[in-house]
Amino acid sequence: MKLFKNSKTAPLIASPYLAWAVIFILVPLAMVFYYGLTDDQGGFTFENVATIAEYGYFKALIKSVNLALISTAICLVLAYPLGMILTSMKLTRNTYLVTLFILPMWMNFLLRTLTWMTLLEGKGVINAVLTFLHLPTINIINTPSAIVLGMVYNFLPFMILPIYNALSRIDDNVINAARDLGAGTFQTFLRIIFPLSLPGIISGITMVFIPALTTFAISSMLGGSKILLIGNIIEQQFTQLYDWHLGSGLSIVLMIFIILNMIVENITDTEGGTLA
Amino acid sequence: MKKILERVYLALLLVFMYAPIIALIVLSFNSSKSRAKWGSFTLNWYIELFSDEAIASALVNTLSIAVLATILSTIIGTATCIAMIGLSSKFRSAITAVTNIPMINADIVTGISLMLLFRFLHLSSGFSTILLAHITFDIPFVMLSVLPRIKNLNFYVYEAALDLGATPVYGFFKTIFPDLVPGIISGALMAFTMSIDDFIITYFTKGSGFETVSTLIYNEVKRGIQPEIYALSAIIFVVVLVLLLVIDRAQNNIAREK
Amino acid sequence: MGKDLITLEHITKSYDGQVILDDLNLHIYENSFVTLLGPSGCGKTTTLRIIGGFEKPEQGRVIFDGKDITNLAPNKRQLNTVFQKYALFTHMNIEENIAFGLRIKNKPESYIKDKIKYALKLVNLEGYEKRKPDSLSGGQQQRIAIARAIVNEPKVLLLDEPLGALDLKMRQDMQYELKRLKEELGITFIYVTHDQEEALTMSDHIVVMNQGYIQQEGSPETIYNEPENAFVADFIGDSNIIRSTMIRDELVEILGSKFACVDKGFGENKPVDVVIRPEDVELVAPSEGTISGVVTGLTFKGVHYEMDVEAGGFEWLVHSTKLSEVGTQVGIKVDPYNIQIMNVPESEDEEAISETV
Repeated sequence: MKLFKNSKTAPLIASPYLAWAVIFILVPLAMVFYYGLTDDQGGFTFENVATIAEYGYFKALIKSVNLALISTAICLVLAYPLGMILTSMKLTRNTYLVTLFILPMWMNFLLRTLTWMTLLEGKGVINAVLTFLHLPTINIINTPSAIVLGMVYNFLPFMILPIYNALSRIDDNVINAARDLGAGTFQTFLRIIFPLSLPGIISGITMVFIPALTTFAISSMLGGSKILLIGNIIEQQFTQLYDWHLGSGLSIVLMIFIILNMIVENITDTEGGTLA
Repeated sequence: MKKILERVYLALLLVFMYAPIIALIVLSFNSSKSRAKWGSFTLNWYIELFSDEAIASALVNTLSIAVLATILSTIIGTATCIAMIGLSSKFRSAITAVTNIPMINADIVTGISLMLLFRFLHLSSGFSTILLAHITFDIPFVMLSVLPRIKNLNFYVYEAALDLGATPVYGFFKTIFPDLVPGIISGALMAFTMSIDDFIITYFTKGSGFETVSTLIYNEVKRGIQPEIYALSAIIFVVVLVLLLVIDRAQNNIAREK
Repeated sequence: MGKDLITLEHITKSYDGQVILDDLNLHIYENSFVTLLGPSGCGKTTTLRIIGGFEKPEQGRVIFDGKDITNLAPNKRQLNTVFQKYALFTHMNIEENIAFGLRIKNKPESYIKDKIKYALKLVNLEGYEKRKPDSLSGGQQQRIAIARAIVNEPKVLLLDEPLGALDLKMRQDMQYELKRLKEELGITFIYVTHDQEEALTMSDHIVVMNQGYIQQEGSPETIYNEPENAFVADFIGDSNIIRSTMIRDELVEILGSKFACVDKGFGENKPVDVVIRPEDVELVAPSEGTISGVVTGLTFKGVHYEMDVEAGGFEWLVHSTKLSEVGTQVGIKVDPYNIQIMNVPESEDEEAISETV
């Protein structure tokens, strides 16, 4: 490319960001690893990371993984049919309907969570309506169900968007070709539509699972103080207990999950072969 | 029959997504402090909201950080994307890899990692640390929307401009830059919304005594929700809705002109 | 001609109130190579999609081998389609693409293996079994799309502008390839294109369409030599189309000069359209011509010269291997057999058809 005559121009223009990335992305990450793998005296140790195996911490991790998996599954089950319906409506001219489903994503994350606090409270809106209708009241605030509900409500748009994008990108003629070659509706879905939408599903899962796994705001707002997720424990280490070593060690555990997730995503991407 | 089922499904999901927001807006006009009872219609909470200095200063903080972070991240991000045209592929993939880290990493980890850095550098937490953090997570969003444009650039137009006597800088701003503008604008919008919406990273980098809207709500909620917050939610929702409609219109118009 | 394999009866189809096909009737005979030819928006692709089952006509019936298949789903039809831009399954390799239809029908794996081998040999792509569609060139992807369709042994192969995305050289190669395939397989091909040369080269039978109507059908020679109206004449090859007067049988007055022709039955002193192909215009000495004029333009085209001749107030297009320089006074002579007389459109519909030219 002849845009830059001098071979040093491009690196020069890129250098501010490079410096920025080193200082604000790589060094901080290295610091997490440093704190996570050392003790108060600065000696190398695995103890912080290994703490995750202790009863309370491990329980919190399992609970976090559990709730995140449940929320991700619910989001997927809700979003996939929605993506199929929206795609089948051929919204080439007016994508407003799609926008409508993504819109809540742009509203403040805390406000979205706050909404459910208001609705689910013992004396909240939902129970007021139920009482009015002489129906039994529900009491799920400060339970795992409330956390799952909050996660699903918050992260559903992140599942809808990639799935819809993947589905709407499938060429009509590819589906027609499958039908032409004898595949019925179910076969076409199983062999063509589903595999072709897989990258969207995977990226949706990542976009829901990681924030759900690592959240502390949703659990502290909807789960009360009794339910501790791994995110809450890490947050406490930094904001209340000031044990940066333990907090960083537990963060390393979280990053292992993130890396695992990335690997899974990469494998399916290459197998799907749709990454243009 | 299938059509009806599909419509019902769409409607149910829309109710799930919007009923809570509508409930919140209704509550913002409720004179009774109890959420279970309807008192009477009032604008009181809005009046209190606007006279609440804490909320006002949080709003100013949020907006000024968002605006500054957007401007700076857009400049740095765009310049880096342009530079990538002239970089070797090794260099390019290294940049892409580093840029992906904040996108893929959990916000809580990004937040604490930056907090560790700022503590280590003895930067006093507040406006500047939040701004630095926001620029850091905004740049990837800018690059994400500018890079595809870079890949589709037509360099013959640029060469034609030079051939017709333009200086490289003039030629660049007359031929290549205009092609990048839509990507830059959508990147900037993305950066702005991400910055406004962020809670987790701000929470870890803000220090005490400095609040943005998100952190303020989080603190308030722990103390018990005040109805002004409903009023604030209602306003934010309406603003977001209007903004999105305007952007959508503008994009449609651009698309139609092409 | 073989027996009637597909019959379209009174097919009508519209989108958003716009009529795409209007009372279309068409017979397709067994083992023929039929081309639906016309400009974009003429309804040719819609016709193909109705035969394939991807569109339902609002009115009319599709008869296949004596059975009404109008409402039959595409996966139940004994025909296969080669789509525009190939529509290969990008998440499968070539082998899996070709095996798709056979696996759906639960054919034994050994049979499938043989079929893949046979099909790849037929399209000259042996050894590509494990490749991904993305790694192939356009021409190769096209061959795979054909292979994927023919392993199912359809009675009819539908081809929707299959060569549209290829460059000129590749397109010409594929034209011969398709003709060869058609002969080897001995099945019916229905081919959609807007390229008249492609249609003339490959087909046994051409159906010229415009604005949802069939303008003319017949063998390539008939379509080229005896176009029935100005649209067909203009769409198929270059031509001089001149509004003239039929004096009586076998005599037509073109641009004020009387030309002998062979057509009869148009009446006396009736307005007609005359079609003369550029290669049928003979340039002679002014005194020997029926009408005289002057050469105003000259282009070398390789096999022949293309000349513009101003004569009788009309710019004639002339193809000839003999060169006449610009400014030369020439006479124009046309063999009576090469003058094609056509009725002037009468109805408004017909008018609309010829005006879109």
